[in-house]
Amino acid sequence: MLDATPRQTLPLAPGVGYKPQHFNAIMEDPGPVRWLEIHAENYMGQGGRPLAQLRHLAERFPISVHGVGLSIGGEAPLDADHLARLRHLVDWLNPASFSEHLAWSSHETAFLNDLLPLPYTAEALSRVADHIDQVQEALGRPMLLENPSTYLAFAESEMAETEFLREIARRTGCGLLLDINNVFVSCTNQKLDPRGYIVDFPLDLVGEIHLGGHDEQEDEHGAPLLIDSHGTEVVDPVWTLYAETIVAGGARPSLIEWDTDVPDWPVLAAEADRAARILTPVLS
Amino acid sequence: MNVDQTQFRKAILDPGRDVPPGLVDPEGRPAGKRFDVYRNNVIVSLSNALGEAFPVIRKLLGDNNFSILAGHFVRAHPPASPLIATYGDALPGFLEGFEPVRSLGYLPDIARLELALRKSYHAADAAPIDSARLQELSPDRLMETRFALAPALRLVRSDWPIVAIWRFNAEDGPKPEMGPETALVTRPEFDPILTALSPAGHGFLAELAQGRTFGAALETATEQDPDFDLTPALAALVSGGAITALHEE
Repeated sequence: MLDATPRQTLPLAPGVGYKPQHFNAIMEDPGPVRWLEIHAENYMGQGGRPLAQLRHLAERFPISVHGVGLSIGGEAPLDADHLARLRHLVDWLNPASFSEHLAWSSHETAFLNDLLPLPYTAEALSRVADHIDQVQEALGRPMLLENPSTYLAFAESEMAETEFLREIARRTGCGLLLDINNVFVSCTNQKLDPRGYIVDFPLDLVGEIHLGGHDEQEDEHGAPLLIDSHGTEVVDPVWTLYAETIVAGGARPSLIEWDTDVPDWPVLAAEADRAARILTPVLS
Repeated sequence: MNVDQTQFRKAILDPGRDVPPGLVDPEGRPAGKRFDVYRNNVIVSLSNALGEAFPVIRKLLGDNNFSILAGHFVRAHPPASPLIATYGDALPGFLEGFEPVRSLGYLPDIARLELALRKSYHAADAAPIDSARLQELSPDRLMETRFALAPALRLVRSDWPIVAIWRFNAEDGPKPEMGPETALVTRPEFDPILTALSPAGHGFLAELAQGRTFGAALETATEQDPDFDLTPALAALVSGGAITALHEE
């Protein structure tokens, strides 16, 4: 029953992950930023400042609701209470987009607050597709599914991540959220070619792009181990990969994510401006 | 070798467990340090969430000790829901049984106070009554009146001077003096504020919050303390925007 019409769509322009400390700066002068993304779980209280700020922001900006706690990749059934909370938020806000992750975070009554990996098998595919059907049914709209950052692989995996995502989208009708930093992080960690990943990715299904920073470490064998930290600027190779993706697939709503050691607004606005400079030539 | 999420979860929360075989690096070798990234993400992100939620506990213990405490707590009581903004309900009870902090008897109540502040922050909005309506009531009518109180109101009773301890650590307030205090949390607009109440003040507000009449609440408080002065508690309710309706008999 996908009959709810979103109020707005996300513009083909930069957005940022919203942080409460930037509220005044954004309301005063958003600069190149044309839309905002919120983490759904931060707006599930009953009232107070978070919801009041969100009401103000939603009057001025298209909002993307990004879930970080639904555990779509979980082996257990989806948490019905949490799905109901999401539906409540989406019904109230009528956001331009709803997205979640190809990952799991809850199992056997424990929510682990991280986006944990899953094997790419036929069994997992069928489970994830069922969960996405449930989410889209509950919210009355299609969702976007985001490619994860991964640090390890499952020996049991039967297919590539791009193939897995493509098949999920085909079965469920969901769109995809392409996180370019996650592509760079995962491909480096898995010894794959990020450009090859983008070539294999169904770009026509991408409804949103994410860009963020990562940390660099090494594993015990001296191999590079990149950590998706969202605590720094986007690195140059990720910008290059982003620009190539935009040229190949066209302009997309593009989000700067900065979740830890959050900088002052001008730093974030400068990152958004860098995305704008890549998007604008494609649009004109 | 297949790895299920039960094995994965157990190994995440228990650093003494082996990394589940079947989790590998690109060369097919055991995942080793790569699995530790997930272990670290889980413990650090949840410990940070606790640190933000319990800043005075963190200050009282110091960052190092708090991080040790948080590691123990996260492994014993991982969150049951994705609503991290309300994680930590079990911390006061955990502190009561955590041997290294047994000597700091006030810690569990400070944790209860910090929980109350956070719940107040996220509680539903409610418009307060015009305080003139209280003054218009005759004393007899007032005694028969029941108060509806704001969802953001919280009471935390303690045998310790928890408001003074909180202020000393969070706001450089004066040195706390020993004695029982109840913390009244109100939220005039978006930021919760604290008022210290006597035990009788607690009795008075707890009765009001349970829907007893003003007169019945006053009687309870006066039984506890014949010299009970209701002015501070009532003033805190009014200035805290905590009275949302008056129901006269």
